[in-house]
Amino acid sequence: MTAGPVDLLDRKLLFVTGKGGVGKTTVAAGLAVRAATKGKRTLVCEVDAKGDLATFLEVGPLAFEPRKVQQNLSAMCLQTEESLKEYLRLQLKVPLLARIGPLARTFDFVASAAPGVKEILTVGKFCYEVREQHYDLVVVDASASGHVVSQLAAPQAINELVQVGLVRSQTSWMLDILGDAALTGAVIVATPQEMPVVETLELRDRLAAETNVGLAAVVVNRVLPEPFTDSEEAIFEALSDGAGAAALGDAIDDNLAPLFDGARLAVTLRRTQARHLARLRDELDGSAPVLYLPELFTRAHGVRVTRLVAEALGEELE
Amino acid sequence: MTRQKAPVGRETLETLESLAASREILVTCGSGGVGKTTTAAAVAAMAAVHLGGKVLVVTVDPARRLATAMGIERFGNTETRIPPESFEAAGVEPRGELFAAMLDTKASWDDLVARHAPDEATRDAILGNPLYANISGRFVQSHDYIAMERLYDIHSSGRYDLIVVDTPPTRNAIDFLAAPERMADFFSSRLLRWLTAPYQSRVFTVASKPFMNVADRILGSQFLADIAEFFMLFQTMHDGFVERAQAVQSLLSQRRTSFVVVSTLEASPVAETTYFIDALAADHLHLGAIVLNKVFPAYLRSTNATHAARALSDGADRVATRVIASLEGGGATAADVARVLREVADTFLDFQVVAKREAELRKDLADHTDVLATVPYLADDIGDLQGLLEMGSHIWR
Repeated sequence: MTAGPVDLLDRKLLFVTGKGGVGKTTVAAGLAVRAATKGKRTLVCEVDAKGDLATFLEVGPLAFEPRKVQQNLSAMCLQTEESLKEYLRLQLKVPLLARIGPLARTFDFVASAAPGVKEILTVGKFCYEVREQHYDLVVVDASASGHVVSQLAAPQAINELVQVGLVRSQTSWMLDILGDAALTGAVIVATPQEMPVVETLELRDRLAAETNVGLAAVVVNRVLPEPFTDSEEAIFEALSDGAGAAALGDAIDDNLAPLFDGARLAVTLRRTQARHLARLRDELDGSAPVLYLPELFTRAHGVRVTRLVAEALGEELE
Repeated sequence: MTRQKAPVGRETLETLESLAASREILVTCGSGGVGKTTTAAAVAAMAAVHLGGKVLVVTVDPARRLATAMGIERFGNTETRIPPESFEAAGVEPRGELFAAMLDTKASWDDLVARHAPDEATRDAILGNPLYANISGRFVQSHDYIAMERLYDIHSSGRYDLIVVDTPPTRNAIDFLAAPERMADFFSSRLLRWLTAPYQSRVFTVASKPFMNVADRILGSQFLADIAEFFMLFQTMHDGFVERAQAVQSLLSQRRTSFVVVSTLEASPVAETTYFIDALAADHLHLGAIVLNKVFPAYLRSTNATHAARALSDGADRVATRVIASLEGGGATAADVARVLREVADTFLDFQVVAKREAELRKDLADHTDVLATVPYLADDIGDLQGLLEMGSHIWR
């Protein structure tokens, strides 16, 4: 294991992905805030324009043009059309006239229906930011498991499809950036549940087989605390029924049943989680560092949650 | 069935059961990770058991575990019957039959081409085109279209009384609804003509020549030729495609189809659900039910219990000294007991925060639908048909 968790934020480009609903955006925002706090010029970008990232940073709607959200931290959201214009202008140096005529429309349709263009515009934008060194770190709130492989594999696919021409030469340097494990890495977010763990392992295999992007870390989000040690659990059981419960009933007037039901639920949930965590650790077998984020029992959402996640990530990364 | 008598625009369906009984297609949708696939399977299993007839569930994920749960090795693009033994093992005698199929995007596209291609030569040329291989297998949006296309295909075969479809986890949950229309637009577009023009006639038109020059510089002529070939071949299927896309659109908006939105009570899925509800309304599609998954039990929200938890936490030491005598053996001290009591109280208060957060979000959704069904937090992942039916029983009536 050469790349320990300490190195995570020293990379230039991180794609944060995972099964839907596991907290990709929270983790992406948390990583970005953490990096910015450590003094890195950071860009965080949402790929799926759902607006979640804006919520987690508590800023207005994000646009293609990055906006500063705090010291060292800018945020943007990817828009294919804008990305296309920029690509034509900066990368392919297509004259203005051609950019607004039928060619632009062709690209527009190709981008929405034809192979790989949308994907390469997405990935290409980030590679471009890395190449131009506008930022120390670009954190991408990337697409969910299935789609991210298509995106990260796109430069390779295009490279195979397009034999000559400017587009082909453009994909070569992207492949160099994506394939350099010191520069680029995927961060898979999971929760300690069966399907997210299964998808994490499948995604790891697919990334290895179909893309040249390395796995930088696995972040397990929403890990429940262990309520009791073994000896404490024995006491809990003894208090739950029989003489213990009777004595407890004598000692306190309130109805404690919901409390004990709640604690039992916590124990059961934690036990189920532990099983899935064990499987994840076993099958990853040290191939990538695993970071753990606790379940946040907080009323807050938005930027407060991001702050808590950034702090927890900081502790894991220290 | 009451639905003829229902006032316009507002259905009087009250349960998921009555919804399943009066529809031919149920489409489950929602953001990723909320339990869409499992919900679709549970609803289909309940319908097969309680309503009878032939019921099919079509899933998009290669949900191997779901296949195992239903007692089949794995299910592919073809429909597989769930064996009666699976129902026996679950201790039920179904009134109908349950089938399952998985959506294999690549195989479905191949079928579609085979169906619409005018002749074998065209079919083989399309299947062998490098662009086609990319579109059908690798890229994202082709899933959306093919899911709806496949649904139409199965429905029009008349083989099933009820089809429950799990939708792809699209980036934007509503994307797949627009997919048939987008596909039709695409095939009617002028751009297709632009692209294919130089290959269809030896004379470049005045308008397309400069365009082709620039495109050639950027993409290279081989790639352009591949694109052109692909689209010319595809245009032979144009009419079939457009007609199909319109038929799919129409099927979705008829009252024989209802949408079941699945969510968990977390901020992001609920926001997505709200958005989805609006999008359905805008497209005149019928929202049949909202299913809430993994919801914490109601006792966690009890105010009396909040007081009890605070009292227990504050008085843990005092209570511990009073109950320590009742605990036989184990060598626990009063301090140990106090720590356990405080942990019980604190855990409850922690979980209560989450349960209250959920209740707030639930309020946001309750006004939107006649059927708001709740599945409690099930500690274990569903591993067999019995598990699916147990989940189903929470939402059925």
